[in-house]
Amino acid sequence: MVATELDNDANLERILAEHAGMEGPLLPILHAVQDTVGHISPAHVARIAKALNLSRAEVHGVVSFYHYFRQQEPGRHVVHICRAEACQAMHCEQTEQHARRELGVDYGGTSADGLFTLEAAYCLGNCAAGPTVMVDEKLYGRVTPERLAAILADWRSR
Amino acid sequence: MALRIYISRDAAAQALGADETAAALQVAAAAKGTSITLTRVGSRGMVWLEPLIEVEDASGQRIAYGPVTADDVPGLVQAGLFDAAPHRLRLGRVEDMPWFAQQERLTFARVGVIDPVSVDDYVAHGGFAGLKRAFGLSGAEIVGEVLESGLRGRGGAAFPTGIKWRTVLEQHSPQKYVVCNADEGDSGTFSDRMLMEGDPLCLIEGMLIAGLAVGATRGYIYLRCEYPHAGHALREAIEAARVRGYLGPDVCGSGKAFELEVRMGAGAYICGEETALLESLEGKRAEVRYRPPLPAIKGLFGEPTIINNVISLASVPIILERGAAYYRDFGMGRSRGTLPIQLAGNLKRGGLVEKAFGVTLRELLYDFGGGSASGRPLRAVQVGGPLGAYLPESQFDTPLDYEAFTAIGALVGHGGIVAFDDTVDMARMARYAMEFCAIESCGKCTPCRIGSTRGVEVINRILLGNEKQANLTQLENLCETMQHGSLCGLGGMTPFPVMSAIKHFPGDFARDR
Ligand SMILES: Cc1cc2nc3c(=O)[nH]c(=O)nc-3n(C[C@H](O)[C@H](O)[C@H](O)COP(=O)(O)O)c2cc1C
Ligand code: SF4
Ligand code: FES
Repeated sequence: MVATELDNDANLERILAEHAGMEGPLLPILHAVQDTVGHISPAHVARIAKALNLSRAEVHGVVSFYHYFRQQEPGRHVVHICRAEACQAMHCEQTEQHARRELGVDYGGTSADGLFTLEAAYCLGNCAAGPTVMVDEKLYGRVTPERLAAILADWRSR
Repeated sequence: MALRIYISRDAAAQALGADETAAALQVAAAAKGTSITLTRVGSRGMVWLEPLIEVEDASGQRIAYGPVTADDVPGLVQAGLFDAAPHRLRLGRVEDMPWFAQQERLTFARVGVIDPVSVDDYVAHGGFAGLKRAFGLSGAEIVGEVLESGLRGRGGAAFPTGIKWRTVLEQHSPQKYVVCNADEGDSGTFSDRMLMEGDPLCLIEGMLIAGLAVGATRGYIYLRCEYPHAGHALREAIEAARVRGYLGPDVCGSGKAFELEVRMGAGAYICGEETALLESLEGKRAEVRYRPPLPAIKGLFGEPTIINNVISLASVPIILERGAAYYRDFGMGRSRGTLPIQLAGNLKRGGLVEKAFGVTLRELLYDFGGGSASGRPLRAVQVGGPLGAYLPESQFDTPLDYEAFTAIGALVGHGGIVAFDDTVDMARMARYAMEFCAIESCGKCTPCRIGSTRGVEVINRILLGNEKQANLTQLENLCETMQHGSLCGLGGMTPFPVMSAIKHFPGDFARDR
């Protein structure tokens, strides 16, 4: 998903137009930008601020407040691993350890091949069948280290 | 006529392979030349049996099989699945299974039964009957009904829903809002998600009734972004309701307008706190507001606003349909009605159990939950999310009741129960509670922002065995400061899991490592 700067501009203008007249449009705009171009750059922040009549600092303050919004381009897929209590009760630390080792990065990092960005999650709503992992929008339950290895292999082969 | 088969579209079922099972069923049916209609429903709540499938037999009964993975499908079909034939995975009618039969399903009555986004299915199962009755009542009468039902907020604070609604009703303003708190950030909880995926029209109906009651014409569902599946179900259901005239400028020809929109959160636990949620909806950093004013008086964009949890709102249709007394007759003490309880963590039979208040933890953990998944003894449970206390075995006979839990320094909260076996290290769980608070603090007040980071450091020193007693005393003082000096429950209640761990499991803090 390598969009050129020109595509970004066109996308952003379209997104801004689509959200004109909406109540409280900032979060929906940020979501739309991230969904379309993968992240929210300083140039996006400046353009959004201008369109909404806010300062850059205000928009940047919002982007940086929320864990989900990213300012750097992610890998091709985002792997979320749940670290919360119900998954801990099913020993998710072993799954986390496997992910770090296989991808060679810690939370927030992207594997050297650019395929996976690893992120921590604090409950994915699958607490009766943990440990839980989500790759992009696909959810997986009872993810032991072995099952995680198989899941990552499956995504690599897509 | 095509054979009817039901399989869940719930995220937890998908996480265990429901989509793959559904695809395998289509392939097997085609190979066999059997014409099937596959309906994707919500989950019956028996997560340990997902992927669960139900096949309609010759007499129209739904016969369940589970757990059925894609690999099981060919053998199952060969054994006569399409004739509801015997098999080791055959469970019979879900309604006859003790785990299910012993529940009181009011709010979740349709979840797992109907096609979640079909208005016809919804209406055929009693949907919109509450709304119909509400059309014939005044705003004050609707509020009176909710008040009399005894319904208290299911999001955690257990505040009477009717009193909140009455305050909004009394405000004079051309624009009022109904906001649904679907942030469900508490770990170990998933009832909001299951309801939104399994019966989203019920939530929509609850919000419509709330709008009628107080004269609000716009609603927002603030949904956490970790729940993409719920987002899809909600948007499909909203569209279906709009097409059929249940949403829009003239709801059901009543001359009253109600518009509804889903807004996505962005991964901040504090957005579950109602005033932070309103800030976020307005497009700001989600910092907790000082109060007064209450959201009921000055809420979203400064206007009077009802803000309620998903389950609170989804419990309203049945209250209007059956009357306040019907709902109030379930429960104990001042905890009226039912609670959708989530059995999570290390349990053999995890999932969603809806019971009247008064059921004990022990019944939930052993009779429903079947004990630990690992086969080891259960040692601790955390009830009510990351800010809830840890309870030892000696407190398992406590009934689920807001007051009974308060009396032991614990929290019912949103009804999540996370079970741990005897491999759990409670000092590490206490450290995690502080760590979570540090990660999710909105930063507005010092005891929470700084205190939580200090808390992690102090527990680290205890784990390393450095001046244990002095550090334990310091931890207790720190908890005291956080509890009394924080603006909201994140900083104010993080001491609950920490202090309960120290109190009930002192050995985990004392032993050498
Ligand atoms: C830190 C914190 C997090 C909260 N998270 C949620 C949540 O995820 N969902 C929710 O419904 N209520 C949550 N609440 C409670 C809300 O502030 C509020 O009480 C609730 O939305 C009111 O609705 P109810 O009366 O229907 O429960 C949270 C409160 C605090 C202090
Ligand atoms: S207690 Fe924590 S989360 Fe709550 S207002 Fe204070 S800093 Fe924010
Ligand atoms: S605690 Fe991991 S999915 Fe809920």
